[in-house]
Amino acid sequence: MSNPPNTPTSSVSFFNNPKNRAIIFQVLALGFVVFLAYYFANNMFANIEARGIETGFSFLDQVAGFGISQTLVAYDDGSSTYSRVFLVGVLNTLLVSGIAIFFTTILGLLIGIGRLSNNFLVAKLSMVYVETFRNIPILLQILFWYNVVLAALPSPRQSLSYFGEYFLNNRGFLMPRPIMEDNSGYILAALILACIGVFFLARWAIKRHDDTGEEFPIFTVGGAIILLAPVLVYFVAGQPISSEIPELKGFNFKGGWVIIPELLALAFALSIYTATYIAEAVRAGIESVPKGQKEAANSLGLKEHVILRKVILPQALRVIIPPVINQYLNLVKNSSLATAIGYPEIVTLFSGTTLNQVGQAIEIILMTMAVYLLFSIVISLLLNWINAKMEIKGR
Amino acid sequence: MAIYDIKEAKPAPINNRGLVFWLRKNLFSDIKNSLLSLFCIYFLFITVPPALDWLIFSATWSGSQEDIVKDGARWIFIIEKFDQFIYGFYPENLHWRPLFVAALTVAFVASVKLLNNIKLKIVIILLYPFVSIVFIHGGLFGLETVETNKWGGLMLTVIVAAVGIIASFPIGILLALGRQSNMPIVKTLCVGFIEFVRGVPLITILFMASVVLPLFFHDGIDFDKLLRALIGITLFQAAYIAEVVRGGLQAIPKGQYEASESLGLSYWQGMILIILPQALKISIPNLVGSFISLFKDTTLVLIIGLFDILAMVTLTNSDSNWLGYEVEGYVFVTFIYWIFCFSMSQYSKSVERRFNTELK
Repeated sequence: MSNPPNTPTSSVSFFNNPKNRAIIFQVLALGFVVFLAYYFANNMFANIEARGIETGFSFLDQVAGFGISQTLVAYDDGSSTYSRVFLVGVLNTLLVSGIAIFFTTILGLLIGIGRLSNNFLVAKLSMVYVETFRNIPILLQILFWYNVVLAALPSPRQSLSYFGEYFLNNRGFLMPRPIMEDNSGYILAALILACIGVFFLARWAIKRHDDTGEEFPIFTVGGAIILLAPVLVYFVAGQPISSEIPELKGFNFKGGWVIIPELLALAFALSIYTATYIAEAVRAGIESVPKGQKEAANSLGLKEHVILRKVILPQALRVIIPPVINQYLNLVKNSSLATAIGYPEIVTLFSGTTLNQVGQAIEIILMTMAVYLLFSIVISLLLNWINAKMEIKGR
Repeated sequence: MAIYDIKEAKPAPINNRGLVFWLRKNLFSDIKNSLLSLFCIYFLFITVPPALDWLIFSATWSGSQEDIVKDGARWIFIIEKFDQFIYGFYPENLHWRPLFVAALTVAFVASVKLLNNIKLKIVIILLYPFVSIVFIHGGLFGLETVETNKWGGLMLTVIVAAVGIIASFPIGILLALGRQSNMPIVKTLCVGFIEFVRGVPLITILFMASVVLPLFFHDGIDFDKLLRALIGITLFQAAYIAEVVRGGLQAIPKGQYEASESLGLSYWQGMILIILPQALKISIPNLVGSFISLFKDTTLVLIIGLFDILAMVTLTNSDSNWLGYEVEGYVFVTFIYWIFCFSMSQYSKSVERRFNTELK
């Protein structure tokens, strides 16, 4: 005699079965979202029609007709289209982010190491730096640098001058512009060749170290090759780079490279603000390496710099890099605050000026968001790749 | 049997204690350290005395503009415009109402902390936002209505931050639960929302809320500017809260989930009674961290035309009698933000420390 075992499903009513409930609940949730989307879209089209706003992306081909204070690609007030404005904005966002990421990394690294210093003053000053700038809103810092510090700089005629070639005034920071002459391509070629050469040299050095244990001073040699090769070619090719020095003509400077005050203020504020977070990440990373690691390396008789490079850093970097990359992403997103001081990046140019002129809010704001989403996706892919690469193997 | 007196411990050797030893150990242990210390001392010497002089000793603290003789900070500007920095354009005879709400908030926090009766607590928690809105906005019970375009200053900053925190909290928890759930559609929707919002800057969401949101509703439904900003900030903050809460949920051992199920608790019972209390408790430091970011982010509302305390700096300086006081304004606002954020971060650190000892 065998009774079939009582399966729970047979005794549970349809609505109490967790599987059915999950399906019903999801259908309801999806239905709600679809209904909401339908309701919004419906109203949106009705409103757009009532207000006579155009739809679609055809506005991108229209001539923009406004001036932009800083353009990295050719841009003309009279003939460039809105799609060119978009490109200019994206490039300016990338420019300020790149500059700020460079400086914030250096500053954050110094402050983070400084917080762990044996030197009482250095440690305390680093702490004061972090606690001060982290607790002040970034927008306030941007406005402060722009409206107070940079606005207090002298006019072009009374510029602060450095070495007679660099000038700082309330119109920005001016520096000599390199002029590439005929043979200057060789210098670039030399630089690229040197980089490739050093790459293979490094591979060889690692392999030899694995095989024989002999060290090769790859950093010194590699650095020297990368630096010296272009310099050598520069002289061999007959010094094909000259510089155009900014000159005071009338009330303003002519020539040279101008870094506009908006860029200065933004890069400055972003670097200083983000550096506090990077410093904390660096400190946490170094503190995460157990003390025993250093003591063990010491007892093996390794030198101080070898311990740092081969024992402490590889373990600390695993903890440091992910939060630092997240901070880079935050920095890129914070660069959108440039719109408060009018630095011509994507939000200022597109969600600001272009939106005011065209009025197609939905398309324009979605395009702006898409730019940042793209940055986010690229950076998180990068992060996943790094995490996979740095995963502790063999565990 | 000899009896020995206990002798006093000898002091440490002279070269191991005292100021000189401390200096030598912490500042001048070797040449590199000495140079660094000298550099720091020089840096402090050139920055701190002038800053203190400007901020305090040479500052003008009282009187009128004619009394300004020294070249330090002119704090009389802040004193003159103090009401505007705090209340914006809120009518002067009604300033007692925001003040009353501030006092109410203190009483609210105290009662939630001290009361043991859970039902009374829930009533208070539900009543508090309603009473606060009635008092600040007016329009009910014979209170004069104050339109939101008159709200401003620190009051507006705190309102935006408080509404953002309170309203985003339940949404954030739901999103976190959705992201952790086994239901693929719900999970996809939640992940999509969270990652989208976290991938774009707040300012684009504020633009979206202020320009696009009105298009989503019938013409009759009119949002005022503040409400639009609040909706944008709440949705933004909810995504971040969701990620913090998810961290807490993931830290709860699986046994807790299984135990709650084996007791026969339903999903919601298990979550509300067993999982969430633990998950939220361990996320408190991170939650406070995300509140600090929100508080700093409230400054962005000035870009869409609301007058928070930061916008007041420019606004008060457009008074033709008081031109050119930006520096004092910025320093004052910096000070206010710093106090708020620093005390919150100290609080979160103290909570973290308390948890650390509990776990050990």
